[in-house]
Amino acid sequence: MAFRAAVITFPGSNCDRDMATALEAVSGVPAIRVWHGDAELPERLDLIALPGGFSYGDYLRSGAMAATSPIMRAVIAAAERGVPVLGVCNGFQVLTEARLLPGALLRNAGQRFVCKTVALTVEGTASPFMAGYTAGETIRIPVAHHDGNYFADADTLDRLEGEGRVAFRYAEACNGSARDIAGVLSANGRVLGMMPHPERAIEPAAVTALGGEDGRRLFAGFLESLVRA
Amino acid sequence: MQVRVLVRLKPGVLDPQGRAVHHALEGMGFEGVGDVRIGRLIELDLADGTDHDTIKAMCEKLLANTVIESFTIEGAD
Repeated sequence: MAFRAAVITFPGSNCDRDMATALEAVSGVPAIRVWHGDAELPERLDLIALPGGFSYGDYLRSGAMAATSPIMRAVIAAAERGVPVLGVCNGFQVLTEARLLPGALLRNAGQRFVCKTVALTVEGTASPFMAGYTAGETIRIPVAHHDGNYFADADTLDRLEGEGRVAFRYAEACNGSARDIAGVLSANGRVLGMMPHPERAIEPAAVTALGGEDGRRLFAGFLESLVRA
Repeated sequence: MQVRVLVRLKPGVLDPQGRAVHHALEGMGFEGVGDVRIGRLIELDLADGTDHDTIKAMCEKLLANTVIESFTIEGAD
């Protein structure tokens, strides 16, 4: 059966097309585009992707308004049924605001917008999103954010680490994130939020000025895990 | 009824904005500034008799992110 992925667009999303393009490039199937005001998701989804951007102009807090939008009620219900959800950058902020992932993303400690390709250490791999990676390896994926400073209380951080739910860490301090956390997984491993943009790293470095192919491996690994399941 | 909600970052949560403003105040020559923390004031015009629990729910569900922020409600009956 054909791969079915939905990419949600909020007002102010600006990486939604990149996400759809990456999903199609890796899977060969166009992604279904869904508008934030829709109350229902398409049926039989293999993946829901929340893209980067500045949904609702980052009003109140990054991701806070999007988390209350009609489509997010459907996304939360789908996640609770076990449908995999990937949130990148603003999508990660939306996932924390929607309480699908613990913690919050604060203004970068240095106050500056950070836009560069960074080295990440792969950690927790008990997730279909991590199937293309090996624990402990270093990969390179671009970041571009102002509010990427991951915060959670010490007990939550200990729990995330103890349960293998830190997906990626920055190999070097990037934005002040607690314990250099760049991506976290839900308890069942089926929701991943990450600040780096895997959809911007799907082509060889020679083809694009962006960050190489380490992002493609996230999507390719996810697809392989679907085939195996 | 007019209600004011004050949203503040919890103690221990880094406030880079506050830090930058603190630095600017010192740069302008103001002395004795120990710390600066920036919060948010939200003014609500609510139907008379809106109960405290409803306002609290607004705060917990949207106005504040209780992972990082605390809130106080002023002016409610």
